[in-house]
Amino acid sequence: MRVAGRHQPLIDGIEKVTGRARYTADLQAAHAFVGEVLRSPIAHGEIVRIDTARARALPGVRAVITGDDCDVAYGILPIAHNEYPLARGKVRYWGEAVAAVAADDAATARAALELIEVEYRRLPVYTSAEAALAPGAVPLHADKPNNIEREVDHSFGDVDAGFAAADLVREERFSYAEVAHAQLEPDCALAEYDVARGMLTMQSVSQVPYYVHLTLAQCLKMDPSAIRVIKPFVGGGFGHRTETLPFEVIAALLARAAGGAVKLVLSREQTFVVHRARPETGIRLRLGMKKSGEITAIEAEVVQRGGAYAGYGIVTILYAGALIHALYRAPAVRYRGLRVYANTPPCGPMRGHGSVDMRHAFETLLDRMAGELALDPFAVRRANLLEAPHRTLNDLQVNSYGLPACLDWVERASGWKERRAGLPRGRGLGMACSHYVSGAAKPVHWTGEPHATVNLRLDFDGSITLLTGAADIGQGSSTLLAMVAAEALGVGLQRFRVIAADSALTPKDNGSYSSRVSFMVGNAALAAGQELQRRLVAAAARRLEVHPGDIECDAERYRVTGSDRWISYAEAVRAALAEGGPVTVSGTYTVPPELQGGKFRGAGVGPSPGFSYAAQAVEVSVDEGTGEVRVENVWVAHDCGFAINPLAVEGQVQGAVWMGMGQACGERTQFTDDGRPLRANFLDYAVPTIMDSPPVLVGIVESRDPNGPLGAKEASEAALAGFLPAFTSAVAQAVGVRTNELPLTADRLLHALTWNR
Amino acid sequence: MKRLIELAVNGRRRSDAVGDGSLLLEYLRETLGLTGTKRGCDGGECGACTVLIDGEPALACLTLAARCDGRVVETIEGCATGGRLSRLQQAFHEKLGTQCGFCTPGMIMAAEALLRSNPAPAEADIRQALGGNLCRCTGYVKIIEAVQAAAEAP
Repeated sequence: MRVAGRHQPLIDGIEKVTGRARYTADLQAAHAFVGEVLRSPIAHGEIVRIDTARARALPGVRAVITGDDCDVAYGILPIAHNEYPLARGKVRYWGEAVAAVAADDAATARAALELIEVEYRRLPVYTSAEAALAPGAVPLHADKPNNIEREVDHSFGDVDAGFAAADLVREERFSYAEVAHAQLEPDCALAEYDVARGMLTMQSVSQVPYYVHLTLAQCLKMDPSAIRVIKPFVGGGFGHRTETLPFEVIAALLARAAGGAVKLVLSREQTFVVHRARPETGIRLRLGMKKSGEITAIEAEVVQRGGAYAGYGIVTILYAGALIHALYRAPAVRYRGLRVYANTPPCGPMRGHGSVDMRHAFETLLDRMAGELALDPFAVRRANLLEAPHRTLNDLQVNSYGLPACLDWVERASGWKERRAGLPRGRGLGMACSHYVSGAAKPVHWTGEPHATVNLRLDFDGSITLLTGAADIGQGSSTLLAMVAAEALGVGLQRFRVIAADSALTPKDNGSYSSRVSFMVGNAALAAGQELQRRLVAAAARRLEVHPGDIECDAERYRVTGSDRWISYAEAVRAALAEGGPVTVSGTYTVPPELQGGKFRGAGVGPSPGFSYAAQAVEVSVDEGTGEVRVENVWVAHDCGFAINPLAVEGQVQGAVWMGMGQACGERTQFTDDGRPLRANFLDYAVPTIMDSPPVLVGIVESRDPNGPLGAKEASEAALAGFLPAFTSAVAQAVGVRTNELPLTADRLLHALTWNR
Repeated sequence: MKRLIELAVNGRRRSDAVGDGSLLLEYLRETLGLTGTKRGCDGGECGACTVLIDGEPALACLTLAARCDGRVVETIEGCATGGRLSRLQQAFHEKLGTQCGFCTPGMIMAAEALLRSNPAPAEADIRQALGGNLCRCTGYVKIIEAVQAAAEAP
């Protein structure tokens, strides 16, 4: 291959290193009014009265809106619309938007907020799932009187028989703090309402401009054709921006009310409170194992504190159970999940969506039981490998499975066999496996359309424009799509321009989440490239007066096979354009029905056209005096099917592992008893700095998925979950402390060390 | 109250009126339209606003514009000469020291300050110099490689 498979710097890298890249807050908006949001100072209460008269009267104020200005409930899942852009009747978390102002400048906007009078009748605040579930707890939502958003009860195979057949059965409880995406770019939206035309343009930080477009149309009661959504450069997402967020709708409502443009910039604290991240989770896990290490039965109960609104909640609690499967053989699985409302900011998807905490519990218990049976951690994994093709009990189809090669690579690279037994006290080596989907086979909105569409445009200048709705959020999707199309066309990457995520220009894309873009949009780009290639070859054939089958394309030359007659790319382009003018082709991808999973309730979560696999080893050194754990090294192998851009694969895998480290070592949100966030800044929310961060050596395993574009699967999420159990297992070896609660902060480790003595 | 400041920004002379309380970050982004310098936090916690003032790294979100009177200020937009990328910019691009790019301007400016005072830094020196710059995408691995590559470039 000429293009794919090469270490390729990002096609928009130069914009980033020169400062020319414009993110939403950088967009030229001197004409825009400044938006500010009045947020609830309490975590649960009824809104008795709002009076905005004095705010409206302040000179320089252009619009003031409240919940009365939008009566449309929305939410990412069609079956769970219970959020309003501005609270109506009730507030359910500290910081929830209650009113908003557009004014000539920031000072006036803030002064206007002070003039809005709100009277609340306080209700009891629940900051834990336990409290919200307690009998007598006040329901947050009238339709869920027991505060249970969703209960899941899935049983596959004969779990009781599995436990009976086991030589060893163990059960443990685990608890995980809520974490945040902490992407570097704070939230921001720039909305422009053209009164004369009745049209809205929205530019914002979204990973899912299409969903934003739909929700804006609903909430503003506008025809979607009167709305244009554009995604500028985005400074990271990781799942923070995978649904329409309240500030996006607020900016649009303000712009329409003010009759102009409104720029709404959120502070870091406000961005933390938007939240939409991994919930606080409790897990009870029971495993049955034979002496050989073979798992006979799995039983799990998960409780997630989902926060105040539905969001993706149903999907998150389903993923926690669904992805118990498809990593190893799972002959019998019983899963119960509870997604609970609470008076904390609404949770959402975060890299590894729902599977991360469960993976820690599973790998940890697996290791401990293996230890009791005198089995090495690698040996117990190898005792449970599956063989592709494999259909799990919950109807997930595995067609490529590089986990064995991942294990081999990690074992070798880390020097596991040679070094582990000889490590001194205070030093430890642990390992774990993990996996993830390459896009959800069932899209959020089932419209019957293909899962992805990419357009290619070819015109007189010979350049090729790739048009995609896919949102590049730093993972390098635009680069990847151009590489795939270039490979199909046999032309150089420098011929390509990528225009992405402008609803007026680009075909709709479902968005950048559940790692769908490489697989699904990549396949669409491949199809588009192949179609354009057919047109060029056909035009060259006509010019050379041969059959298209006699044309071979190599290094931008279209040659008659077995002769030295050829025409150049430029001549082929001219020939193609002569037929009917500038050429636009479309390529699509639809997940085949056999990969779309089963029919039981909740079966839509879990199935994917391709699963990626990862294994990693983590080496730590522990300071027993301070409780600090230093991660010395990580070796991680990721099966991404085929690395279209190995440079980007390495970067994403390193970032994923490191993000897992943040969760394992110190990241957590925290609330007072009355629901105020305590760690909504970068000092108290401990994102690791460069001083804390280890070398991460990446091995790429290529299992060549039969359905992925050029064999590729996802590369951005699977490796995160494996870090957590590899880390705690390394700590266990180093100092004999077992960790069932994350993050493992220094004070917790010290406490455990003290108690152990 | 506004006061007049005279300074050099990326080698160009500026003469502007700024409010007493106005931050250098606002002055750069809003008055000069140099949006390369980013706001990533609520003050002093992330390093995304790192610029050079008289060659020393400084956080523009914690610096009053008025204090820059008579000074030489450098931002990411000034790194390329005649449009040619600096060694650091080239290295961050080629080595994938930048993914989403949001921390990149501040990261490059902090690295620039390092290489000016320490042209052949050890890895520990690089970590020390960038210790105040948060990145959420890379895990810092390729950032370190980028700075090393820039230091070694001819």
